[in-house]
Amino acid sequence: MELHNIEKLIEKYLEATTTVAEEEALKAYFLKGDVAPHLKEYTAMFTYFSVAKEETFTKQVPLKPRKRNYKWLSVAAVAVLVFGIYYGNDYREQKEAEYVLQQTKKAFSLIAQNLNKGTEKLVYLNKFEEAKNKIYKTN
Amino acid sequence: MKQTEFLNVVMPFKDKLFRLAKRLLVSTEEAEDATQEILLKLWSKNDRMKQYASVEAFAMTMTKNFCLDRLKSKQASNLKLVHSNYTDGSASLQRQVEAQDSVNWVEKIMESLPEQQKMALQLRDVEQYSFDEIGKLLEMTPAAVRVALSRARKTVREKLIEKHNYGIA
Repeated sequence: MELHNIEKLIEKYLEATTTVAEEEALKAYFLKGDVAPHLKEYTAMFTYFSVAKEETFTKQVPLKPRKRNYKWLSVAAVAVLVFGIYYGNDYREQKEAEYVLQQTKKAFSLIAQNLNKGTEKLVYLNKFEEAKNKIYKTN
Repeated sequence: MKQTEFLNVVMPFKDKLFRLAKRLLVSTEEAEDATQEILLKLWSKNDRMKQYASVEAFAMTMTKNFCLDRLKSKQASNLKLVHSNYTDGSASLQRQVEAQDSVNWVEKIMESLPEQQKMALQLRDVEQYSFDEIGKLLEMTPAAVRVALSRARKTVREKLIEKHNYGIA
């Protein structure tokens, strides 16, 4: 592009009335080298702008941990609940049965105790036997 | 949205986010952290992402606000930004730049610009956004963007000339 044109564009550029295409043309001119001496300072500007555009973001972004699937959490919760109810019922029934067994045992032991008391009293029947033997011996 | 889908959407403009963040925060590490933060925020909103007309514009606005907030809280806590990484020692950069010194100067001069001019220059001359897009991003009218941009360009040029003459004299 002719110098005359470039000068015009530069003027527009400073007033910020250039289009992106015109700025591209300016950039191309200044990056090509062979710049008119009185426009030297723009070389640094346009070079810097194109260099600055080269910079890239290289850091890795850990996206995984943010993406937690709560859908499966509810499924797990429901599973635990069902499991709990099912086995909980079993457990309760077992406990009840044990309780009944305990009560029954208690009742039986009560009966046994009273029965023993009865048999203790039967010892006196031996006295009767002794007395009877005594009588028969003396005869 | 799946992870790969998300990456496909985000890939084309993630560098732009990073460059804008770096322009505002100056330090590469901080800009990386900010970009990562923004991408994670986007990812957490990914189910709503289809509603946005332009995910890129949305992400750029997020980045701008995030970085400005960062800067504000930094000023409040009186923390000075320490930056010694003006040169980005990549090989392609070395090859391209013939007048390395004055090119680095452009970066330093840009740092000294007010934030709005800084962003206008970044978005236009580096990323080649249209005035309408920049206006939406910065919440300014396109005319105001032009004014800011014109001022920024003139300042950079004047300071470069100043620096250059100083070097000679």
